[in-house]
This record gives sequence, structure tokens and C-alpha cells, in this order.
Amino acid sequence: MMPDMLTSSLSIAAPELILSVGAMILLMIGVFMGEKSSQTVTGLSVAVIIIAALWLILITPLGIAFGGSFVLDPFARFMKILVLVGSAAAVVMSVGFAESERFNRFEFPVLVLLSTAGMMMMVSAGDMIALYLGLELQSLAIYVLAAINRDSVRSTEAGLKYFVLGALSSGMLLYGASMVYGFTGHIAFTEIARVAAESGSSLGLVVGIVFVLAGLAFKISAVPFHMWTPDVYEGAPTPITAFLAGAPKVAAMALLTRFTVQGFEPLSDQWQQVIVFISIASMVFGAFAAIGQHNIKRLMAYSSIAHMGYALVGLAPASVEGVRGVILYMTIYLVMTLGTFAVILAMRRRDGMVEEIDDLAGLSQTNPVMAVFLSVMMLSLAGLPPLAGFIAKYFVFMAAVQAGLWPLAIIGVLASVVGLYYYLRLVKVMWFDEPAEAFVPMAIELRAVLWVTGLIVFPLYIFVGGPVFAAAEAAAKTFF
Amino acid sequence: MTDWPILSTVTFLPLVGALLILFIKDDNELARRNVRNVALLTTVFTFIVSLWVWIDFDASDPGFQMVERSEWIGGSITYHMGVDGISMLFVILTTFLMPLCILASFESVKMRVKDYMIAFLVLETLVVGVFCSLDLVLFYIFFEGGLIPMFLIIGVWGGKRRIYASYKFFLYTFLGSVLMLIAIMAMYWNAGTTSIPDLLQHPFPAGMQTWLWLAFFASFAVKMPMWPVHTWLPDAHVEAPTAGSVILAGILLKLGGYGFLRFSLPMFPLASADFAPFVFTLSVVAIIYTSLVALMQEDIKKLIAYSSVAHMGFVTMGIFAANEQGVQGAIFQMLSHGLVSGALFLCVGVVYDRMHTREIAAYGGLVNRMPHYAAVMLIFTMANVGLPGTSGFVGEFLTLLGVFQVNSWVAIFATTGVILSAGYALWLYRRVIFGALEKESLRSILDLSGREKLLLYPLIVLVIFFGVYPMPVFDVTAASVESLVNGYTAALDAAASGGVAALH
Repeated sequence: MMPDMLTSSLSIAAPELILSVGAMILLMIGVFMGEKSSQTVTGLSVAVIIIAALWLILITPLGIAFGGSFVLDPFARFMKILVLVGSAAAVVMSVGFAESERFNRFEFPVLVLLSTAGMMMMVSAGDMIALYLGLELQSLAIYVLAAINRDSVRSTEAGLKYFVLGALSSGMLLYGASMVYGFTGHIAFTEIARVAAESGSSLGLVVGIVFVLAGLAFKISAVPFHMWTPDVYEGAPTPITAFLAGAPKVAAMALLTRFTVQGFEPLSDQWQQVIVFISIASMVFGAFAAIGQHNIKRLMAYSSIAHMGYALVGLAPASVEGVRGVILYMTIYLVMTLGTFAVILAMRRRDGMVEEIDDLAGLSQTNPVMAVFLSVMMLSLAGLPPLAGFIAKYFVFMAAVQAGLWPLAIIGVLASVVGLYYYLRLVKVMWFDEPAEAFVPMAIELRAVLWVTGLIVFPLYIFVGGPVFAAAEAAAKTFF
Repeated sequence: MTDWPILSTVTFLPLVGALLILFIKDDNELARRNVRNVALLTTVFTFIVSLWVWIDFDASDPGFQMVERSEWIGGSITYHMGVDGISMLFVILTTFLMPLCILASFESVKMRVKDYMIAFLVLETLVVGVFCSLDLVLFYIFFEGGLIPMFLIIGVWGGKRRIYASYKFFLYTFLGSVLMLIAIMAMYWNAGTTSIPDLLQHPFPAGMQTWLWLAFFASFAVKMPMWPVHTWLPDAHVEAPTAGSVILAGILLKLGGYGFLRFSLPMFPLASADFAPFVFTLSVVAIIYTSLVALMQEDIKKLIAYSSVAHMGFVTMGIFAANEQGVQGAIFQMLSHGLVSGALFLCVGVVYDRMHTREIAAYGGLVNRMPHYAAVMLIFTMANVGLPGTSGFVGEFLTLLGVFQVNSWVAIFATTGVILSAGYALWLYRRVIFGALEKESLRSILDLSGREKLLLYPLIVLVIFFGVYPMPVFDVTAASVESLVNGYTAALDAAASGGVAALH
């Protein structure tokens, strides 16, 4: 009996196993071959992620493993694919950077693999223990990654800051989880939902929910738990920022969705206020704080804060339409983020990387392809039609309107006007200003990422949008 | 041929031209000439194809024609195209003005020609798409998408304060439209569809209509632009290159009026009736106030821009008079203003290309050196004033006629606008064209070139033709306008009798 359960569980968790085992093997290769192995390890780690992704899509059966701790449902599968895509792209985009900046650290791809395994665990978490395990595996790897440039003060400061605040948020999360356990007597989300539906809310349970939400809000860098974001984004080496801005946000948002909608759907009117507040605060703060930024990485940090606010707009209604909106939003957000960072990583002159917005001046004349794609990304992040970012915003706001959350919807769209102002600034710098010195030609892998993401944002989404939408809808129905 | 998706062809043909231009790589004089020619040929060809829409159009059918429909994302947004009597002529106006814009830019735009032509072609696609779309979300996509190329046109090829003007243009219009987006979502959840023909049949609850009307009004009033949210327009016009001003005045301003006709009036009739006095007030203020402001302008383009705001006041007034004369007049006024203001901006462009200034004070006595130009300018000035025999008269007269039946005071005040417009237009003409040629810099100025004649003469023919014989327009619009007005009055009657029934 026992071995049967184990084998079925293992087959469900196979992609995670591939990642973990792959990470260990690559670590061995790195340790024995030394610094010169970093290219090999980078290449192999991408291969490992691709194998895990193919395995997940083609072979892995849906089901519940390890007695309910680990769940693979359509929602988990969809979000895991996103996570894997985000991680793979981040590793690929580091190749040119590693070469030109003497950033030959084989630990980078290995840590990304470990962090990715943690994210997959988060997405699949069926109870509080798995939630915490996944979250910590993901976070610990990222703390190290942020500080990986150990000779740089900014990088170590970023790592330390992230670690201290992250530890605090983990503490809050654990405390909240213990409260939830104390007041429901269960750790599995489905059981908690059942008990919550039967006995209703109690003060202790609500306190527990709020603490867990605070811990998770830290991971998606939503206001008021966003303080670390700009410093970490700016301080970490750019390929790591590119990684940080994509996959971990998707995983944390998936976890937040599962926790709230699957675990506490019966108490939705309790946590809805919290989500609405966090969402409004993030959208408004992100929009206004980004206006004064000069560093493009910091700008992207504030922009990501605002975007998490928009994604939460879809979570607030706790409906199929809302979860569908969140899934679509994270998909499109991931694509836009990767494309934008492909450009940021290509901002190189002969004397090194630059990251000021003014360095982009006149890009439309020195490098039109890059300028067009970055403009498309910016306008899409601003949510302008006919770009993909509009579709993302459309579906989350539609869910909020359906639920009658008028203040949320109206403040949200008004914040997007403020957001447009700073996104337009980049477009203005690239198109209206006099050209600055040209960048060195883009590395081939960055160019590939940029073309693929750029063409998806416009116009490919028009054609692939239908199937993706259907898949997101199926994934959202998991919880209802 | 009946199954051929003619509207999609007209909409996306300019994009094909833009793609072709994208592949012209070099940046020398020959390449630039190729770019210009490809752009011109594309727009001319699009115009010819679009005439097919007019030929095939069945004027006796008040409903939507040449409908195309296919599922898009998730079934909630559909790709749904079609035209009726209200929208069809705007499509033709757009495709007609575009080749003129391209031709007008042949010599004045010298830098980044390729980007410029691509921006215009993309803009054409988006604007034609607005008039053809029969899905609310698709409409919004085209409506907002048009801001992007226009932002670049003003910002890259504009004058000194181009960056300020382009930001102001973009943010004003975007702010107006986001509330409409929320309203669109609310309509979807109330009616279960975003298909415009279905929504036209759907009775929205009276309380909801008020909010929806206000949200749509925020968007269209800015676009129109109505007083007091018109301030972006003079800035945008002054800074935009000539062809940009032509498109802005000729076509983009019409999106607001079209929106009122397509959505506000038929979909929210009760709210429209409630708010009609409010719109009348704003329109009358716009007509009188902006005419007075126009009088005092020192920049020719700014003067014409303010006169556009005043003329749009007649349009909003006519639309919300909600009778056949008013609505017909409003449509005609929009079409006529598209031709006349476009032509006036082209005229300004002619002297700007020579002197590189738009200050009225820099000119004077041009009639001595430029007799052709003086004659052309006179005709368009008269059309702008609304002299009988030009197309400007027909629209203004009909809207005043329509409003007079509803509220004679509004009509009386609005009529003073006609007098004021004669004041500022004639005074402008006097200062620029008449008088002695005293300025040294003007001594060697040249009259219209062949290209400029090619631009302006067709517009003269149309302005006078439609002034004398407006029936081709009314034939097309009559059936649709009649059904629009009947639907509106029926909805009001139903609400009134419902209210009476509720009292008993």
C-alpha cells in the first residue's frame, strides 16, 4: 500500500524532482570543474528546466500527492509553466552579461534551479507546511542570488536587506499559520475551507489570515510591504533582477490565490477588505513613486509594485472571472517583464553597463528595433490598447466591476493614467530626445528573448490569445 | 464579391503599406522618395477601395451592413465590423483626407520620413477601425490605440513646445477614456454582451444610464472637445505638423461626435434627455466663448483651433436636440468641418512652409504676390463662416433649426456664434491677405505650387458641391438617423408612460 502511494506521488512531483536532482548534479559539476564551468552549467540548467517543463506538460498526471500536501491541478500546471518559462528566460539572458561583466559564477544557474523548485512547490502547496517549505526554499536561494556579487557594496546591501525583511515576513507568516491551525485544527487548505464554512469566522482566525496575507504580500512586494523592492532591484546584478521580477512574483501570486480562494473562500468578505486595501495602495503608490525615478531598474521596481496591485484587483472578487483575470495578468506581466529586461540588459556602451533612463535618449535613431520593442513594452505595461497589457487589465477590472467593487475599479483606472505618465517618459526619451552615444550591438540571446516577447505583446497575442484564455479559464475553474 | 470582407480590407490595407515601408532599409534621398510614394499609393488605393463601400451601401437599410463577425478572445470580445448610415461617410472622409495628408507632408517633412509615414498609416487603420467596429471593446481598442501614433506625430515632428503638447494631448484623452472603459465593463455585465447592435436593443435601467452616460461623456467631451475640457486642442494643433493638424481637426475630433451618436443618444436615451440642457449650456458657452477667444489669437493655427471648438459646439447641440434636423445637421457639420478645417490647416501649412512662422503679424498683403492662394483661402474662410452656398452653411443651419424646435433660447444664443465666426475669420483674412505688402521678407514669396493646387482644389470642389447640393450625404444618413431618432423618442415615451403607470 505504502509503496503504491509513494510511486504515484513521485510521478506527480516528477518535474520538481528533475529540477532538484539536476541542481545537485550541476552543483557537483561546478564544484569539480571550477569557475570555468559556468557556461556549461548555464547551458545545462536551461536544458534541465526545459526537460522539467516538457515532463510537466506531456507526462505528469494531475492529482494529489503526499497525502494532500502537494496538489497538481490545472491551475498549478498553468502557473508552473509560467514559472519555468520565467526562470529559463532569466538564465538565458544572463549569458552575455556573464561574459562581458566577468560574472562567471556557476552558482547562479544552480541557485535559480533550486529557487525554481521552491516556486513549483509553492504553486502546488496543498497545506500550510508545504506552503512554508516552498516559500523558504525559493527565498533562501534568492537571498543568496541578490548578494552574489559579493565585492559590490550595493549587491551585498541588497541581499542583506532582502534577507532581514524576508525573515521578518516569514516570521509573520508562520505566526499567522499557527493561528489558523489553532482555530481550525487543520493545515490542509481544503479542510480549512470546510471548517471555515461550517463554523464561520472568529477573531483568532481573522488575525491568522491577516498575518499570512502580510507575509505573502511581502513576497509579491505589495504596499505596505514593498520597501525592499527598489533597493534590491537596483542593487542586485541585472540578470538577477530580471529573474526576481518574473518567476517569483508569479509563484507568490499563485500561492496567494490558492491560499485565499481555496483555503478561505467561505470567509471571502473578511479577507477581501485586506486585498482591496493592499491593491489600491500598491497601484497608487507604485504609480506616484515611479514618477521621480531616474534609474530604470528602480523604475521597474515601482512599476512591478503597481502591477501586483492590478493583479490583486482580480483576486479581490474571489470569483472564477477574477482568478481567470489574475492568471492572464500574470502571464502577460511575465512576458512584458522579460521583454523589458532584455532591453535593460542590452543597455551597454563600450565602457560598461548603464542603467539611467537618460541613457536611452534618441534610441529610436541609434537602434530602432530596440526602441520600437521597448516602446511597445512600456505602452503595454501602461495598459494601452491594442497591446497585450490592455487585455490583462481589461479582464481583472471586468471581474472587479462584476463584483461591484467600484472604488477599486475606479481608483485602479485612474492610477493607470498616472502610470501612463512615467511610461510615456521612456517613450519620450527614446523618440523625442537627441541621440546619445549608441549601445553596443545586442547579444543574440537577448535579441531572441526580445523578439519573442515583443511579438507576443503585439500582435501575436491576437492569435494565441484564444487558447491561452481557454486554458486560463479551465485553470481558474479548479477552485470553483 | 458579396462575401469579401470589404471593411477589414479598408481597415487593414494601410498596415500593409506600413509593412512595405518597414522593409525599405536605406536612408538616402531615393529611399525617402520611395517611402513617400509607397505611402501615397497605399492611401490612394485605400480610398479607391473604400469607395466600394459607398457604392455597395444600401441607403434604404437603417441597420448595419457589410457585417463581419468572428470569435476572438474567449467569446467575450468579438471581432465584429459593420457600417450604417451614420458611420459610413466618416470612413470615406478618413480615407479621403489621408492621401492629402501624405501629399501635404512631401516637402515639409524631411527628417525621419519612414517613421512619419508609418505613423500615419497606422493611424489610418486605427481611425477607420473605430468607425467600423461593432463591438464595444473593439471600438475602445481602436479608439485608444489611435493616441499612440498621434502622440508620436506631435512629439517627434512638432514645433517648439511639442513635448508639452503631446503629453497634454495623450493624458487628457486617456484620462477621459478610462472611465468609459469601466462603463463598458458595467454594460457587459448588465447586458451580457459587448456587441453594439445588441446593446442598441438593450434597455439599461434608468439609474444606471445616468452613470454610464457620464462615463461616456467624459471620454467623448474631451475628444470632441467641449468647453471646458478643450484646452489640449489649441496646444496640440499649434505644435503638430501640418498634416497632423489636418488629421486632428478633420478626423480625430469627429470621434467624439460619432461616439455621442453611436452610444450616448441611442443607448442611454433617458439620461441623454436629462442631460440635454447641460450639453446645450456647454455648447452655447463653447460657441460664444471660444469664438471670442479666437478673435484675440495671434497665431493662425491657434485661431483655427479655437474656431474648431466653436464649430464642434454646433455639433453637440445638434446631436442632443435629438430630432432629425439636429442629428442630420450634426453629421453634416462634422463632415463639412472635416473638409473645411482640414483645408484651412493646409492653407496655413502653405505659408508656414515658406515663412516658418504662424504669427498673424508676420503676414499681410499676400494677395499681391499670391493671388491663387488668396482665392483659395477666401473660399475656405467663407465656408468656415458658414456662408450659404458652402458646405459650412448647411450643417450650421440644420443644427440651429433642430435646436430651435427644442429650445429657442439656445438657438438664439448659438446664432450669435455665426456672427462672431464671421468676425474672427474675416479679420484674420484681412490681416493676412489684404493690405499693402510691406514686409520685406514677403517680397519674394511664391504662389501655390502644382502639388499644393492638387491638394486644395479637390477640397474646393467638394465644399461648394456639398454646399449647393447636400443630398448625397442626406440620402445615406436619412434612414439610420430616422431610426435613431424614432428609437430615442420611443424610449422616452415608454419611460413616461411607465412612470405614469407607476403613479397609478
